[in-house]
Amino acid sequence: MKMPVPDSGIIARRREIVEALRAIVPGEGVIVDENELRAYECDGLTAFRQLPMVAVLPGTVEQVSQVLKTCKAMGVKVVPRGAGTSLSGGALPLADGVLLGMGKFKRILDIDYANRCVTVQPGVTNLGISNAVAHEGFYYAPDPSSQIACTIGGNIAENSGGVHCLKYGLTTNNVLGLEMVLMDGTVIRLGGKHLDAGGYDLMGIVTGSEGLLGVVTEVTVRILKKPATARAVLLGFPTSEQGGDCVAAIIAAGIIPGGMEMMDRPAIHAAEDFVHAGYPLDVEALLIVELDGPAAEVDHLIDRVEAIARERGACYARVSTSEEERLAFWAGRKAAFPAVGRISPDYYCMDGTIPRKALPLVLRRMQEMSDRCGLRVANVFHAGDGNLHPLILYDANKPGELEAAEEFGNDILRLCVEVGGVLTGEHGVGVEKRDLMTDQFDEADLRQQQRLKCAFDPDGLLNPGKVFPTLHRCAELGRLHVHQGELRFPDIPRF
Amino acid sequence: MTITILKPETTAQVTEAVRWALSAGEPLEILGGGSRRGLGRPVRAAHGLDLSALSGIVAYEPEELVLTALAGTPMATIRALLAGRGQHLAFEPPEGGTLGGLVACGLAGPRRIAAGSARDHTLGIAGVSGRGEAYKGGGKVVKNVTGYDVPKLMAGSFGTLTALTEITVKVLPAPEDTATLLLAGLDDSAAVAMLDRALRSPYEVSGAAHLPAAAAARSGVSAIAGAGGAVTLVRLEGFGPSVAARVAMLREELRADAVLGRDESLALWREVRDGACFGGVAADGPHLWKLSVPPAAGPSTVAVLRRTLDVEVFYDWGGGLVWLALPSDTAASDSAATIRSALTAGGHATLVRAPEAVRAATEVFQPLPEPLMALSRRVKESFDPKGILNPGRMYAGL
Repeated sequence: MKMPVPDSGIIARRREIVEALRAIVPGEGVIVDENELRAYECDGLTAFRQLPMVAVLPGTVEQVSQVLKTCKAMGVKVVPRGAGTSLSGGALPLADGVLLGMGKFKRILDIDYANRCVTVQPGVTNLGISNAVAHEGFYYAPDPSSQIACTIGGNIAENSGGVHCLKYGLTTNNVLGLEMVLMDGTVIRLGGKHLDAGGYDLMGIVTGSEGLLGVVTEVTVRILKKPATARAVLLGFPTSEQGGDCVAAIIAAGIIPGGMEMMDRPAIHAAEDFVHAGYPLDVEALLIVELDGPAAEVDHLIDRVEAIARERGACYARVSTSEEERLAFWAGRKAAFPAVGRISPDYYCMDGTIPRKALPLVLRRMQEMSDRCGLRVANVFHAGDGNLHPLILYDANKPGELEAAEEFGNDILRLCVEVGGVLTGEHGVGVEKRDLMTDQFDEADLRQQQRLKCAFDPDGLLNPGKVFPTLHRCAELGRLHVHQGELRFPDIPRF
Repeated sequence: MTITILKPETTAQVTEAVRWALSAGEPLEILGGGSRRGLGRPVRAAHGLDLSALSGIVAYEPEELVLTALAGTPMATIRALLAGRGQHLAFEPPEGGTLGGLVACGLAGPRRIAAGSARDHTLGIAGVSGRGEAYKGGGKVVKNVTGYDVPKLMAGSFGTLTALTEITVKVLPAPEDTATLLLAGLDDSAAVAMLDRALRSPYEVSGAAHLPAAAAARSGVSAIAGAGGAVTLVRLEGFGPSVAARVAMLREELRADAVLGRDESLALWREVRDGACFGGVAADGPHLWKLSVPPAAGPSTVAVLRRTLDVEVFYDWGGGLVWLALPSDTAASDSAATIRSALTAGGHATLVRAPEAVRAATEVFQPLPEPLMALSRRVKESFDPKGILNPGRMYAGL
């Protein structure tokens, strides 16, 4: 994985750049000390580290605007950062770039129950929004596993999901309005408290753009009333195929659960050893299905799901009878990653989506790859939406294992694309999957996406080296290759 | 003013057509079934690009919750196919047209509040940009964050960025049962307060509307037309036992006057969806405006407008939409200015029905603040630098 070659001319001007930033953000808001910069050298993808040239922590929209405008004028690259929980290296700093930390934007600005929305600054955590409205029985639906730490600004950048997203949608389906700053310092507002933004759906493009298009400074999200009840059922299957069949049958029966998660044998054992959730240990696949809504509906659907599971060969079924029991079912799933961390010195978490019907094939091929490269793999799986999280177990202290794990991970993602899926379901492309983009998109697809980038950031200064495998200058992307005379169709009504 | 129609049958031919238009400097008006031509500003193009021959289902797997079809596929075909498997497009699109037209116009119905709009369900696209390049965006699975979400940008872009050739949408189980609570005789403010209570309840309301007396009187559903005044509507959908339980609880809480069962409820919400009490968007008649406002600001916005305009309204309140009908002899550009100046709480107003000459002379879509307009122009240029595709359909020069 290579990052753009640092511009030595820019690094030589570091003192001048720092002074310019200090003129905008005084005092401790500009960080140059190497030890203090250490805190920003990586995000959740810790395999890649890089000290930024300088970090700046603005506290106002005006400061963000001035920082970007100044960096643009000086030709300096900028990497925006929220809480740094990205798992794909989206916030990896650049040696010749400014790290723009948005951590000071932590205020909840407006809670509007009549319009069922909340307006916050981007540094508010995902869970912070739900907590702020919990006393009125409301919550914010998208729930990435890192929700206690990750910020809503980062959620916008990554279009984050979570267990609830099959039923309630991703970040993009729950954002009503944004204020953002473009690289030239222009502040724009998209949408608001109304449900449909006017004009082009720029909010749709910005959400999930991994910090390449602008810096979000304010977010308005929808809040929902908490469902009256939630109950979960734990289902065990002798084979993964039967587990997968059961998922398809539940959906075919018209049921969209609030959450539907699957774990394979290694993941079940690791989780049970860690949290003692009461999982059965003699099954190959464990499915947790949660139904939420009015009590009458939940009771009705739990019975139907159990019946479907029995038809599909479930050898184990247990329905939660109390809130404690429901939470215990989830405790194992939610602790699956740290649990796997206990059985291996290191693990590498992959993230790809497949059509669910391809699950048996993908699991089988993954096992073959595992046998070939000698690295074990444990699987947790957002079964409802086909989002796989294979955890590749390795030991970074053994020479070559990290490289082998990365190669194994790349092969899994290529397999996801091969069966009709995509490279990432929720973690983003970042630097991690950047060089695999050509497996999913052809040259014309990527060119068009990069032209969109040019519409927002013509000099390519915002978070370069992420998402796209090749950096292009906007001028070369802008060329039109059609000229009069080269075409074979002189007259009109041809078809 | 369309003179010639190009009717490609393959994506390769769409590419050829756009490349021809580029080389000749001749803009194209993109057409499907033609049913949405009345939406937006009239396109000034001598040539039409008719995509109706690009029709057919490419893939449909109910268990995967996705459907891929060619852009010219009639919605009637898609509806029938989905209904056969107990599924639907959850955003409740209006009747008629093609899948491409539906996505390009970014339409949705009263379930907007619960299920989102066309943009929320458009997962993947393939098409030909105004540069004459065939490309694809998004994917064919329900969860995907790989690259920019180009499909969202296509929804509601009115064909000004790309001639869409293939679209993948998310499909969902259709509700097993549906029922509607009725409250009679409320004024706008009381009605909206009541709808607010319903929407703040945990009973998963999937439609909330208010028909003032004149609008209610024109309903084809006898219980509504015969109410003799304004009618306020709350819809509940889902599995049978769930709907029954929620209807009972919410009826008690709102002290609703009556409950409409499945068939009447379906008929009624089709009317709300299509603006039927004003004759629908496709018919002649009064000028029809659609306002998207913060939901709670609906009644106050209407109160301001009633003081200066001869206006009739109804509220698709769950979607934060206010529909306005103005007499067809109104000077549209004057009323546009009046309506837009009333949107003090935010939002936007779109002229969804008026004769071509009126739409040509009026800002049909809410004018954008200059920085946003400048960005929108750059986005347009990134797809269509020569302005070949549907020029002027949304904004002059875009």
